Order: sequence, then C-alpha cells, then structure tokens
Amino acid sequence: MAEPVLEVDDLHVEFRTEEGTVNAVDGVGYKIAKGEVLAILGESGSGKTVHARAIMRILDSPPAHITAGQAKLHEVDVLALDEADMREVRGAKIAMLFQDPHSALDPVFTIGDQLHELLQARRGFSKREAKTMSIELLSRVGIASPEERLKAHPHELSGGIAQRVMVAMAIALEPEVLLADEPTSSLDVTVQAQVLDLLGSVVEETDMAMVLITHNLAVAVGLADRIAVMYAGRMAELGPAKDVYASPKHPYTAGLLRAIPDIDVREERLPGIKGAPPNMLRLPSGCAFHPRCPLADERCAQERPPFEEVVPGRWTACWHWDEVTR
Amino acid sequence: MSELLIDVANVVKHFPLNDKIFGSSGVIHAVDDVSVQVHAGEVLGVVGESGCGKSTLANLIMMLEEPTSGTISFRGKDVATFSKSERLAYRRQVQMVFQDTLGSLDPRMTIADVLTEPYTVHRDFLPKKEWPDKVRQLLALVGLDPNHANRYPHQFSGGQRQRICIARALALDPIVLVCDEPVSALDVSVQAQIINLLKDLQERLGLAYVFVAHDLSVVRQIADRVAVMYLGQVVETGDEARVLLQPSHPYTQALVSALPEADETGRVTGSRIILAGDLPNPAEPPSGCRFRTRCWMAQQKCADEEPALIERGTGRPTKCHFVTPTVDAPAAV
Amino acid sequence: MSRPTSTVEGAAGLVDEVEQPTATLWSDVWRKLKKDNQFRVAVVMIAIFMGMAVAPQLFFTKSLDPAQCHLEDTLQGPSRAHWFGTDLLGCDYYTRVVYGTRTSMEVGLIVASLTMVIALTLGGAAGYFGGATDQVISRFADIFFCVPTLLGSILLLSLFNTGGVAIVALVLVFFGWPDMTRLVRSTVISGKRRGYVRSAETIGASGGRVLRRHVLPNGIAPVLVFTAYIVGGAVAGEASLTFLGVGLRLPAISWGLQIQIAQTRFTAAPYLLFFPSLFLCLFIGAFVLLGESIRDALDVKMVDG
Repeated sequence: MAEPVLEVDDLHVEFRTEEGTVNAVDGVGYKIAKGEVLAILGESGSGKTVHARAIMRILDSPPAHITAGQAKLHEVDVLALDEADMREVRGAKIAMLFQDPHSALDPVFTIGDQLHELLQARRGFSKREAKTMSIELLSRVGIASPEERLKAHPHELSGGIAQRVMVAMAIALEPEVLLADEPTSSLDVTVQAQVLDLLGSVVEETDMAMVLITHNLAVAVGLADRIAVMYAGRMAELGPAKDVYASPKHPYTAGLLRAIPDIDVREERLPGIKGAPPNMLRLPSGCAFHPRCPLADERCAQERPPFEEVVPGRWTACWHWDEVTR
Repeated sequence: MSELLIDVANVVKHFPLNDKIFGSSGVIHAVDDVSVQVHAGEVLGVVGESGCGKSTLANLIMMLEEPTSGTISFRGKDVATFSKSERLAYRRQVQMVFQDTLGSLDPRMTIADVLTEPYTVHRDFLPKKEWPDKVRQLLALVGLDPNHANRYPHQFSGGQRQRICIARALALDPIVLVCDEPVSALDVSVQAQIINLLKDLQERLGLAYVFVAHDLSVVRQIADRVAVMYLGQVVETGDEARVLLQPSHPYTQALVSALPEADETGRVTGSRIILAGDLPNPAEPPSGCRFRTRCWMAQQKCADEEPALIERGTGRPTKCHFVTPTVDAPAAV
Repeated sequence: MSRPTSTVEGAAGLVDEVEQPTATLWSDVWRKLKKDNQFRVAVVMIAIFMGMAVAPQLFFTKSLDPAQCHLEDTLQGPSRAHWFGTDLLGCDYYTRVVYGTRTSMEVGLIVASLTMVIALTLGGAAGYFGGATDQVISRFADIFFCVPTLLGSILLLSLFNTGGVAIVALVLVFFGWPDMTRLVRSTVISGKRRGYVRSAETIGASGGRVLRRHVLPNGIAPVLVFTAYIVGGAVAGEASLTFLGVGLRLPAISWGLQIQIAQTRFTAAPYLLFFPSLFLCLFIGAFVLLGESIRDALDVKMVDG
C-alpha cells in the first residue's frame, strides 16, 4: 500500500485484576491508508474496543497497561507521546466515535455549545466562525434545520440524530484517522443504514482513514475495503473485505459466517460455533480457538499459530487455513 | 388452527407523561388498539424497532402491566376478571424469558435455588424431595451440565445464563413462553445455539411462543406468524415467510431492506430504502397514519384518515391505504 | 437422533468454562476483608471488648479486683498495683473502667438491632409498596427529622427520669430510626427495578416474598455498614446523655458516668478522666473501622451487581 496513515505494530495490552492478568490485546497489528475503511470484527472478549482505546490512550491505567507495541501516525508513535502532546493528537489527528452517543455528550450543554467549544478551543475559531462552521457541519451530516438543532440539548435528540452529531464533532477537527467503535450497534436498524451511509460518504469526501469496529459482519462487508477478524485478543484473519467474506481463511470467520441467520433462509438448525466465548483469564493453550474449532488437532492445542501472510494480501493465524470452507 | 390460547383484543396502554421541567403532561401511546392471537404450539413473532411497543405488549400479556383499555383473554376468559388462584394458574402456564440474562438472575442464589424457586410459590406442583432430580432434568433439557447446579450466575457465560433462564421458565411446564429479545444481548456465535435450543424445545414440548425481537433474520428462523409493530400499532401481520419476504406495508419493506445483505462473493445486493426523518414523539403520534412522516408514498389521505388493519389484496392485514401486492424483496426467496 | 447436536454441543464446551471454586459474592467480600488491615484491627479490638463485656473477670488479677476497695487508697494515681489508679472510694479504677464495657456493648447492640429491625420493616415496606404506604411512613419519619435529637433526648429522659440502659437505648432508637429507614427505603427503591425482581413476579411471587427473598438481601450491604456506625454512635450518645445527667445513674457503671465524675477532679486526678475517655474512643473507633472496612470490601462487588 501507499504510505500508511496509521500503522499499529504488535500491540499488547494487559489488564491486571485481582483474579489474574488478562491479555486483552495480544499482538495486534495492521496498516491503514488514506481513504481506506478497515473493519475490525470480533465478539465479546476479542479486544477490538480495548485496542482502539489503547491507541487513543484513554484506557484506565490501572488496571490496563500497554505493555508493548507501537501505533504510528505517519512516523510518530502515539503510544510514546506524553499526555500533553497526546491531547493535541486526540480529536485533531485521531478521532473516536463511540457506541452510545448520549453517554459521550454532556447533557448539561446544548449541541451548539459543545460544537463551538470544540472549534474555538482546538481550531482557534472566533465565535461567529464557529457558529457558521457548526451549521455547516450539521448539514453535512444530514441534519435538517441545523440552526434549530444547535439549541437542543442531547437528551432531546433521538439516537440517530445524536450519533450524527457525534460524527459532526468527530470530523470537526478534520482528523486523519477515525476510530469508530460500534457506531451503529445501539441504533435501530432503519437508522443504522442512514448512519452507515453517512460514514461512507464522509470517508469518500475527506479521504479520512476509518477503522470500523463492529460485531456485525454484514455491516463490515457493506462498508469496508478490508476486514480484520479478532478473537481472544489476537488477530485471526485479515484481507480484502469481499475475499474474506467469500472465502474465509480462518475457521472462526467461517463459523461466524455460518452462524449468522439469514432472513431468506429458514434453517432447521442454525449452524453455530460450539462452545462459549473464551474465558480471558484462562485461555486455551496453543490456538485460543481450538476447543471450538471443527478442524483442530493436537498441534493446534499445543502451538499457537503465527499470524502471517499465507496468500498475497491474505493474513491468517491458523494451521489449517487452506482447509477452511464457508 | 389449534386452540386459541391468548387473545389480545384492542388493547391500549398509555403511560402518563409527567414532565415537570417542561410542564407538559400527556400520555405516551405505548400500545394503541393492538389485537393479536397466540395459538397452541405456534410461534408468534412480534417485530419492530425501539418505541414500537412490542416490549410493552409482552409485559401486558405477562400481566406485569394492566391495559388502559381492551381485553386480554386466556382460553376465553378475560384475565382482568381472574381470581387469585386463576391468576396463579396463569402464571404457571405463561412464562417469560428476558433479554438481560445477568440482571434476571438473583446473584445471591445458586442455579438450583433459581430453578426451584417457582416450586416455593406453587407449593403443590412438585414435592420437595423430587426437586434435586427435577433440577438435573431441567439443566439437561437446556444443554447444561447438571453438576453445575450449585454454582452462581456470575460464574456462567451469557449464553449459559440464558439457558438457565429458559430452564427456569420451563420449570412449571408452561404452555406459552413469552420471549422478549432473548438473543439480542448474546454474541452471534452463541445466538445460533440459543435459537436452536428454543426451536427444539418448542417442537418437543409443543409450546406456543410470543417471540419479541427487532432482528428480522432471527425471527425468520423461528416464527410461524409475524406481527410488525410501529409506534404502538400493528401495521402488518401474517404468515412469516410472506411478511418477511414479501412485505406489503412500507415500514416492513423498509425494515427488511435495511438488513445489510451480501451475496457469497461479498457484493452488497438489494436496494436499500432509506427512511426519511426520525421516529415521532410517542406522546404526539402523527394524525391519520402514524408512519406517514417517514413514508415515501405518503399523501394527504394519510394525514386525514387512519388506515384500518385489513386485508387489501396481499393476503394479509396491512395498515396502509396504498398497499401494493409485493415489492422487490431485497433478495430472491 | 433424539436430541439435536447443537444443544449437546452447547453443553460440551461449557463444562470446562465454569471451573472456579464455588464462589458467592459474599465469599469474595470475605476474602477481601481478611486481607484488610483495618478489618483485622477492628476485629481484634471488638473481640477484646466483647470479652470485657461478657467475662470481665478474665481481665482481673489478684490486685486488680473490683472488690479491692479500701478507703484509705482513695484517689491514688496509676501504679503497678492499680494500673489505672483508684477512684474516690479507693476501688481499683481499671476494673471499673473494664466493667463499663458491658454497659456500652449492651446499649450499642440493643440500639443497633432495634433500629435495624424497624428500618428494614418500615423502610422496606415504604420502598417496595410505594404509594400510600410510602407517604405515610416517610412523612412520619420526616416529623422526627424536625426534632433536634439532643434536645429531644434530654427532654424525654428527664420526663421519664428513671435512668437505666433500657430507657436510654429506647430513646436513642426513637430518634435514630428515621436515618436508617431512609437508607433502606432508597436501597429498596433502586433494588426493585432489578431484572430478577421482575422474574420473580412472573412466577407469581407475592410482594412480601419478593421483598424478603430478593430485594432486601441484595440491598443489605449499605445497611450493614450503617449498622456498624450506629453501634459507635449509640455508645457515644449514651455517654453524652449520661454525662449531661439524664442518662444512666449511679450505681450503674458507665464511661459517661465516670467521665462526669472525673471532670470536677480533673486537676487533682487527671487519670480519672483519661482512662474512660480512652476506652470510649477506642470502642467507638473499633466499630467505625469495622464499618469502613466492610464498606471498602463491598464497594467494588456490590455496587451494582
């Protein structure tokens, strides 16, 4: 790829709790270029949210500790910056979009206040400039009557509108990278579609790089150029979205694809993935997925497979990647 | 058609709105003139998005709320007229499974306690000495290790807890199970297991389900009939395949088309209907047809006259003036 | 096949997942407490005080004996024979101070248990049933909040004018019950919205049953902490009232009484004031420490289940 905007390399995050240490992120790495959408797919315990928060340096430490790895924005490793420098980066270079817009917005202030503050403090706009810009931003994210909306308080807005406001705030400072953490998961299906479309067009217009974190494979395929799949804090698979969807090279991805109910087909028995999501305190030896894997053998239980490029552009961590079928 | 167990007739539920800050008062039209039927051995799916009233409907059927007007009848008798013993009998026969698995289990109780609590309320159902065996039976029925009966809820995963909740719901041999978003909070890989379990149990035990969910693909797997709700009303109802694959009401069409669809090559298929606007305030539903503010077919008539939920040529009751027999479903059947 | 594989498969992977030793939330709390130094100190102190209250003889020796009262030994300072010195009548002071523990323990435990019973009943009912029940109970409690505690206690005790542990304890409960009742009420109000309460309702459990079996036990945590504080508070209250002359009277043995008698002789025999005050502070302190440590241990686990 052309020079990547963000390069994450061998990221490790540990959670030290009374019950033991959890490797919430265990060797995650990828590159993302300008204008690209990389979806990170995973279920609970996969580490997808933790890794994003680690990059933004917003993890509570303790109990979380970034124990290794780099996250290079162009050539600068944001994990090594001191807090003052990181504050400059947050929002302006790397922005984050959260799942629940209402928890990210301050209920006491109006939308207008919050947008203005952002523009005035971080981009040195005057009050009038900020107001004009705010209206423009709200229109850009498809909010009707933006002038009226500026006077509203967060609780007066529906989930969909609030999330659009969050998108507006996220792009207000024109960041290079947007980390979107399950941005549509708490929204109704009909509204999800709207917000996903919005995100797609924003990326197109601004050439921003977006890391889209989701548990919904269909959402990922619809919007992403490439998909990365995470399991138990580790990378399972990475490749072009359509390829991963059409011919997965990791049994977990294949299992997920099969487990998703399809409205067009009423199955007698939905093929699922047997077993339960991993207990992060006591991960299985070797490959973390092996107890649930139909292809697992002795080696899988003993040796953890490395995450490597098995076919140009396709990365996977599986000893039996070539036997995986949908 | 099998026996009619639960008949919900023109039920209305309004919640008072006490907005002291802004001084307004009024009512939230949670459920407005809804009629559905639950037949023995059948699964009725109730779908809709937030604010549509499906959870309120579930609570009404469970007698956790009382209707503002309208009647709910169980085997022909109005539940509002139940005597205390009839009410207890109803509670034995109609059970509920919730969305929040951790919250619905008392953290201080072991699984064995949880499963036998129903027997402490319905004393004559099962003699105490048979409880341990019954506990093992129930756990095996839902695919859990019977030896784990003395553990606590927080020691189980989400999927396992839902199995426990299902086991408890079956403890009194009910004939109807009301499931309110039973798999929404679970990981996809586990959802499939629980859906399969619910299907098995339904077939084996001949249960009737009221299956409330927002995920149409999930509902497709298990429902026999589907009712689609919007803003407190049923807008379409009928056989599941027809409603979900060939929706007649524009809202259902939008719901179905909003499902991200991709074929095996990963290409996104189907045209997406993007709805305009937002869900209206449930305290001030639009006049006439409530969906008109977001409907691409809306006309003056929609504002003036509320459409009736009647059959309009598509084979199932639809609440729309301009119903078309079919629309291009997002993907072929 | 009789049972489809997915459910059996569901079981297969699950067995190994639940391998932790059977652990209740309480045993987790207990584990935390055991490691807490505050807790250990508090427990040791309370154990000693318990011993003093129940079997004071254990703390006596040949020379330290309550019967050792010789008028000619009056008002002697602390010495090897008499650790805390002697009082006005020449009796060993140490033993008299130790005896005072029983009175304090009695007052503390009576007040704490009575208050807890009242609070759980009234607070539980008000919180769970709401409506008229809540209105009546809350307004009733509000009336008590309006009366200044110290003044009211003095008045009541003067009216009854009999002295004695029972009446003092009752007066302290009389003014203390609204506080804990309010706490229980709010705990119950937030507790009744829990999912497992709704579950219990769907199986037909009655309100009283739900309250007793689900709401109260799960909300007991802050109540326990508060109870520990109440013991300390009650003892302090009794000492104050006795000191003011309306609480216990001679020949009762109470630290408050000892302090009252000691104050006039402070310059001549300061130790008379010092020792009972010390014991009083340590006693109250032990229960405060207990409450604090329980609260710390419960903090993480119980706050929101």
